Amino acid sequence: MMRKEIANWGNYPVMESDERSFQFIEELQQVVAQKKEMVARGNGRCYGDASLADTTLSTLKFDKVLSFDTSTGVFECQGGILLSDILDIIVPKGWFLPVTPGTKYITIGGGIASDVHGKNHHVDGSISNHIVEMDVLLADGSIATCTPTLLPDLFEATCGGMGLTGVITRVKFRLKKVETAYIKQKQIKARNLDHILELFEEHKHATYSVAWIDCLKKGKQFGRSILILGEHATINDLSDAQKKAPLQLPKKKQITFPFNLPSWVLNQFTVKAFNFLYYGKNFKKEINNVVSYEPFFYPLDAILHWNRGYGKKGFIQYQFVLPLHAKDGLIEILHRISNEGLGSFLAVLKVFGKQESMISFPTEGYTLALDFPVRKGLFEFCDELDQLVLKHGGRLYMSKDARMQPSVLQAGYPQLSKFISIINKYNPKHKFASVQSKRLLLTETPR
Amino acid sequence: MPTVLILGASSDIALAIAKEFAANQYHVQLAARNVQRLAPAQSDIAIRSGNSCSLHEFDAVNYDTHQTFFQSLPVKPDVTVSVFGVMHDEDKAFTNWQLAEQMIATNYTGAVSILNIIAAYYQQQQKGCIAGISSVAGERGRASKLIYGSSKAGFTAYLDGLRNYLFKSGVHVVTVKPGFVYTKMTEDLKLPGLLTATPALVAKTVFTAVQKKKNTVYVKWMWRWIMLIIKNIPEFQFKKMKL
Repeated sequence: MMRKEIANWGNYPVMESDERSFQFIEELQQVVAQKKEMVARGNGRCYGDASLADTTLSTLKFDKVLSFDTSTGVFECQGGILLSDILDIIVPKGWFLPVTPGTKYITIGGGIASDVHGKNHHVDGSISNHIVEMDVLLADGSIATCTPTLLPDLFEATCGGMGLTGVITRVKFRLKKVETAYIKQKQIKARNLDHILELFEEHKHATYSVAWIDCLKKGKQFGRSILILGEHATINDLSDAQKKAPLQLPKKKQITFPFNLPSWVLNQFTVKAFNFLYYGKNFKKEINNVVSYEPFFYPLDAILHWNRGYGKKGFIQYQFVLPLHAKDGLIEILHRISNEGLGSFLAVLKVFGKQESMISFPTEGYTLALDFPVRKGLFEFCDELDQLVLKHGGRLYMSKDARMQPSVLQAGYPQLSKFISIINKYNPKHKFASVQSKRLLLTETPR
Repeated sequence: MPTVLILGASSDIALAIAKEFAANQYHVQLAARNVQRLAPAQSDIAIRSGNSCSLHEFDAVNYDTHQTFFQSLPVKPDVTVSVFGVMHDEDKAFTNWQLAEQMIATNYTGAVSILNIIAAYYQQQQKGCIAGISSVAGERGRASKLIYGSSKAGFTAYLDGLRNYLFKSGVHVVTVKPGFVYTKMTEDLKLPGLLTATPALVAKTVFTAVQKKKNTVYVKWMWRWIMLIIKNIPEFQFKKMKL
């Protein structure tokens, strides 16, 4: 047995774990039978401690494609396949992921356990809306097939359930038909917060929408942003050169962030300078162009290990959602962040559409995600933000969390006790438990 | 379109090799024990590459079945890659003959048995290529790889001899010595990053070696020099060392 140091994308926290991989279901069943406490782990791209445990079940080798119907767009695979692999297979055949988060380096199982959302949440919902069926390996070693109507409790508690019901071993889901591998992109500069919220409303029918927001700007330009909209391009939108192979992307070289940046590099001044340049790079009020799907959906994937830019101590990502009527809350929180001077390079604002779910993060309203490098006083500051989020009826995203108090989770998720009772049903001895689930008392209830 | 046969297709290295050949326009035949377990790998290879992939039951230590196994292949492969092998704890194998025998029977005897049959077919066809995944452990006998190393030493000697034997028939034989590889077999070992290859890199090396008709290839170049040094340590010194 070898223990190795692991951390998720935020490089915080770091812990030693016995990592087990498996290629066959029997191998997985064996480990699950032997070990006392474990959690499934995909590519480690959640930010906090959700996929950390004393024993981690690495799904990365359980990554086989089982079927792909190119006429109906139904795709079936094992839980450990990366979205990047899926894209390489489906895009040339004229299909696309129904929902994708901002990185393609996550596994489909991890994506479902976080019930990930994308820039199209307001029209297409989260990933769980597109699942036909899935298999979950339960604590007793059996494999349960579930759908929204077959074992619906298991299905609902697995989507966004952070791996606490079991290991997602097989998924069948519906893809989205596309004509090209390109996106018709529109970028609109917004002067301030009111302006960007108006723009979101004005463009609520756009398939993809997201905004970069400058969290440090005060005064008249408070909340200045760039709204980024996108539609899948049709053949007619493409240039003659692109038309020759509309579903192929030119091969691009990736850059690697070679080392951890010293933490002093990131400070209020460098972030302000970055924001100034980022906002200023768009000279025109509106830019329209056609880009391939990669820079549109995965701008940061072009830089491998970009998380090293936050230094060795790591960073946390803070993402919350507030109901639509809580615009004042959004303003209050943004003020609090800009006063603290803790702004991150890429703060992302989006409007979620309606979603009914038990434990998934998305719900109608404004969601803001920002990175904060770990430093003294940060967690106290986040605790303060939590109270503001709760005061305005919002909640936090567990996949990004490494530090919230159990009471914050409880207050944000009204169906939490139902979720816990389903965990207790399918995972009675809390064999599947993570550092996060124990911290949040999801698997620590006295039984 | 050419066909490649992967013997011992269940391992990480074998599946990476299968994927590599499939991506380069080969039909793939996966041969292994309990081969139905590889149905997901079969669909995976076929869907990713757009080329066909088939499953064939094969047991390296069941020598009597080898002839029938090869005869029953619907299409005879242009390239055969022999990947199977087992590695047990050497201290246990030293006192437990079953473990020692399994290593010898799989890594050496089983390989000779099946490859003799395939080599004879290639010789008759006057074409074909065999690649054998041997090991740097076979280059010099040492305590920590007592039985495994000697079985791989035998396999390496066999492959080298086979290359010589078949040269006139236009059949090529590649000996591959991967060094450390991140696989299930080595999951519990702490491996030096610089000297350790991924299964995908092994696969690329095998594919290129087959295309370019290389004789012996190391996956990471350092291994050639490391083994050269190890081989040149005088025995009176070597026998005292902990290696």
